[in-house]
Amino acid sequence: MTDLDTFRSETRAWLEENCPPEMREPMRSDKDTAWGGRDQSDMTPAQKTWMDKMGARGWTVPDWPKEYGGGGLSAAETKVLREEMARIRARNPLYSFGISMLGPALLKYGTEEQKKRFLPEIARGEIRWCQGYSEPNAGSDLASLATSAEDKGDHFLVNGQKVWTSYADKADWIFCLVRTDKTTKQGGISFVLFDMRTPGVSTKPILLISGYSPFCETFFDNVKVPKENLVGELNRGWDVAKYLLGHEREMISGMGLGAGGKNPLIEGALATIGLDHDGRLADPLLRAQIAMFEVRARAFTAQSERFIDELKAGRAHPAQPSMMKYYGTELNKSRHELMMAAGGSDELEWESEASRGGHTARAWLRTKANSIEGGTSEIQLNIIAKRILELPGA
Amino acid sequence: MPLFLNDEQTMLRDTAKDFVAEHAPVGHMRALRDADDQTGFSRDLWKQFAEMGFTGMLIGEEQGGLGLGHVEAGVVLEAIGRNLSPSPFLTTAVAAVEALKGSAQAERWFPGIIAGDTVAALAIDEGAKHRNAVAMKAERSGNGFKLTGAKQFVTHGHVADLLIVAARTAGSAEDDEGVTLFAVPRDAANVSARAERLTDASLAARIEFDGVEVDADAVIGEVDAGRDPLGRLLRAGRTGAAAEMLGVGGGAMDMTLGYLKERKQFGTLIGSYQALQHRAAHLYSEMEVARAAVLKAQQLLDAGDDRADAAVSVAKAMTGIATTLSVQEGVQMHGGIGMTDEYDIGFYMKRGRVLAEMFGDANFHADQLARAAGY
Repeated sequence: MTDLDTFRSETRAWLEENCPPEMREPMRSDKDTAWGGRDQSDMTPAQKTWMDKMGARGWTVPDWPKEYGGGGLSAAETKVLREEMARIRARNPLYSFGISMLGPALLKYGTEEQKKRFLPEIARGEIRWCQGYSEPNAGSDLASLATSAEDKGDHFLVNGQKVWTSYADKADWIFCLVRTDKTTKQGGISFVLFDMRTPGVSTKPILLISGYSPFCETFFDNVKVPKENLVGELNRGWDVAKYLLGHEREMISGMGLGAGGKNPLIEGALATIGLDHDGRLADPLLRAQIAMFEVRARAFTAQSERFIDELKAGRAHPAQPSMMKYYGTELNKSRHELMMAAGGSDELEWESEASRGGHTARAWLRTKANSIEGGTSEIQLNIIAKRILELPGA
Repeated sequence: MPLFLNDEQTMLRDTAKDFVAEHAPVGHMRALRDADDQTGFSRDLWKQFAEMGFTGMLIGEEQGGLGLGHVEAGVVLEAIGRNLSPSPFLTTAVAAVEALKGSAQAERWFPGIIAGDTVAALAIDEGAKHRNAVAMKAERSGNGFKLTGAKQFVTHGHVADLLIVAARTAGSAEDDEGVTLFAVPRDAANVSARAERLTDASLAARIEFDGVEVDADAVIGEVDAGRDPLGRLLRAGRTGAAAEMLGVGGGAMDMTLGYLKERKQFGTLIGSYQALQHRAAHLYSEMEVARAAVLKAQQLLDAGDDRADAAVSVAKAMTGIATTLSVQEGVQMHGGIGMTDEYDIGFYMKRGRVLAEMFGDANFHADQLARAAGY
């Protein structure tokens, strides 16, 4: 038996013993997402147990170094862990912008002190982070952001407004892009961290077309941010921001993959439409659309595996996350369009019990943001054209 | 196993790329066509393939081959696709070898294949669209069988030494059971092959079997259980065709990107226009996804994993989609010059069309996947 085989059997046994049965059920709605944070009153006991046990082992972030709260696993071991979790359909123990976005940036750009302070509590799900990037006048052209941070000796004084801050009203801390030099564009941006309880911070949820408010407007009115919370060099925040965006795009691209196990699109179509006497979906045109979609979805699953393998081996093109984000989000939008077509008028009910409170419809509307947030599809195509295909500038 | 080429596979890819680009570039195909060549490929080149060890790649070392897998065969096929090189590699060294593997017929045919003397062709299709059904009859006769029926789209069928023939020994056309796979020497009596030049200038035969007598030992595997070797043949052929399409689609994309970087209109490189940039970036994405699907299918086939069947269909369908897009964008973005015979991009479009059709198109494979998923 190789070391990897031993690791696999040990991992399998540990997961078998420690993953609560509830955490092996498919997620039914957004409410089933475990976010951690200071306030864990929304979490079920099973969610808490699962997050705490995985967090204590460092397996919420299996490939981070152990000294920062990670599992210290190799790329091959991390893949085995993911495979074994998928085998028992274990849910992700912790959804966290700290893990998917800030953590990688801190590992690369943070000081030793910052890594020791922030990373372990991210790994254990103790602090919930939000991302202060977009502003009312800085969307696709993010580098034109205006939120200012004035040097006041031992601290920065932050003033301005962010928008589309995901879950800002529920987050404990924010990683935020601020302007520290008004004379240049990209070269005048810095990357800072601060507590959302700091005086002068306020949030206002934005009601979306889905009827939910996952995004907020976030206001900063003379917010004092200690100097030691600057990540990377002063005025070099754009490097950190771009690096982090790469990780954000990876995360969003994963949305095109769907969950393991039963395929909700096919199940949904079978439930409303049924099979004909040859055992095929009784709506041949919808069947054809679903079948063609499934070809792309399965191929993209392979591409995601390839991308992660290349990334871990340091072989991925640095702009490849843009391709993953573009393809994954467009695919996810197609999936939800088809789910609405499969569900028919049943899924149009916005509040009924049968529709689980309009779950499918609200999720469908939510996916429309996938190709806008984290850089629009059009921005990703620009990046691919320029950085990967090396096409000439306009 | 990570989903990218390991060091040995990368080395082989570079070797194959250089070798095919040097000995059989697009100009080689054009020259054969312009000379109205009636063989369909260069026998000298096939010999060179043998000297490189390519012809015996999938044959076990104990039988004189290299004992490599579908990932390795795929890198050779991608080089073939990129250069549009006419070659019996896919039918002979990949599909026929996989069908013959482990059968009594292997000993008879493998030495010739390894030496680059033998060419095999696949007599599988009976209609214009690839289907699972097999109607052609093989009736017991004396010590063997008598084959009667017709096949089409048999690449190299008019010059091959060996025909792999699917025929029915029991049941009716749509049945899974009752199919038997035969190894038939093309010079057997009552085999008549008529070569037709296809759109892409390759030659494929329509073959009539008019009571062709074969011995019982012409059967590959077991009588009535031909779906096993036929399944191996089709999985290998489909995965191989998908790999070749990666070469065709990738070659067309690279040509097109090159053109976008040199062609000027309105005083500007046309590649600086966002309308074209976005389409090129979308095409790149589709080709990347197709590449992953192919590698996944190859690895699963090599591992003998039972998920390989579905992965093969995904690979064949996805490369069909991506390569079709690549050649269409290629001709469109080249503008008028893309419509000329003198320019190579049109060859890519034609070859892509033939490969998309071979062993079942994207619709066929999407349908297969849907059936397997129960809808």
